[in-house]
Amino acid sequence: MITDVIDHLAGIAPGSSLDRLRDRRPDAREHAQRGYDALFTPDDEDEVTLVERDAVAAFVTGLHQDLTVARFYADRLAELSPGLLKAVEAEIEAGRATGPYGVYQGALAAESREGPRYRAGDPAALGVRLAAAFEHAHLLVFRPREARAEALRDLRAAGWSETGIVTLSQLVAFLSFQVRVVTGLRLLNQEGVSA
Amino acid sequence: MTGFTTERLGWRPWLAPLAEDELTDAHHEALVDRARAASPYFRLLARDPDVLHARTKTDQDIFYNPDGGLPRAERELAATATSRHNGCVFCASVHARFAGHYSKRPDDVRRLLDEGVDARQDARWRAIIDAAVSLAATPSALGAEHLAALRAAGLDDLAISDLVHAGAFFGWANRLMLSLGEPTQEEQ
Repeated sequence: MITDVIDHLAGIAPGSSLDRLRDRRPDAREHAQRGYDALFTPDDEDEVTLVERDAVAAFVTGLHQDLTVARFYADRLAELSPGLLKAVEAEIEAGRATGPYGVYQGALAAESREGPRYRAGDPAALGVRLAAAFEHAHLLVFRPREARAEALRDLRAAGWSETGIVTLSQLVAFLSFQVRVVTGLRLLNQEGVSA
Repeated sequence: MTGFTTERLGWRPWLAPLAEDELTDAHHEALVDRARAASPYFRLLARDPDVLHARTKTDQDIFYNPDGGLPRAERELAATATSRHNGCVFCASVHARFAGHYSKRPDDVRRLLDEGVDARQDARWRAIIDAAVSLAATPSALGAEHLAALRAAGLDDLAISDLVHAGAFFGWANRLMLSLGEPTQEEQ
């Protein structure tokens, strides 16, 4: 049983110096885990199903190319919906990029940086809701500066409720946080804490 | 939208927030700080109260915990650099004001907004900004060389961990602020 996903993914052992370091920020540690719990074992799945959560998580972490984190979420999806994993892996391949990028309007136009605009490669395999969710997730991961109200209208048209969009956005944004904490703590862990 | 600024901005949601009179005790608990019920951003996030609660408690410990580590000014600097790099004008405005206030170096913060993350800074701020920007990349580009530069600039392990958390948290916050609404010229 994994009690702390960040520890698990960063390779932090109980009683280690990194373990003690994390205890200096006890609320951040506890609530990073509670955020994970709220997103992946929610009280209900009325707005976003468990399969949708795991599929989006596998896609988003696959795009971040941290192999340990990506494997963790791919395994979750494989357990819940083995048939979907292959389709998600193909979308990850198609969606790979280096961000952040995107076009700025107005005063910042000179800082615009072009990059790929992902569209779901096999929307039939994903279904309408998930295809729209993946396109939105890719926007948030790589070019959040380009987010517009129209993108939310696309999600609404694909069947996402307003509350469902909030949860989906939190899911993508939370994973963007979690994978970076894991990256940073793992680096600290690997080089040996000096304090 | 204008460029990056330290002025006070408003923020207008693209989806309907909960109305203040719709908020239950559970919503207020999720908001943590009762005054946040006035904010359309937090009332929108209150549509998923459990995640909002976790988000807020995580945020507060990363930025407000005074027990050692990175000084508040530099946690805010990491938040500002991340927001500048991701393109979140609203988040950058708020945290640039905090960074300038706590560091008493508003001109240096201003240069980060005006000229970008590569603008001239002293060695310690250079190391902090470079680490935050590298961590903000997807995939992350943070490496051992960044940690070495941070140590050379005087950061201990807890300070480096604070920087990682502050930067990573704005990987979370920027994506919500940028995609659920937009900044406005009038403060709300």
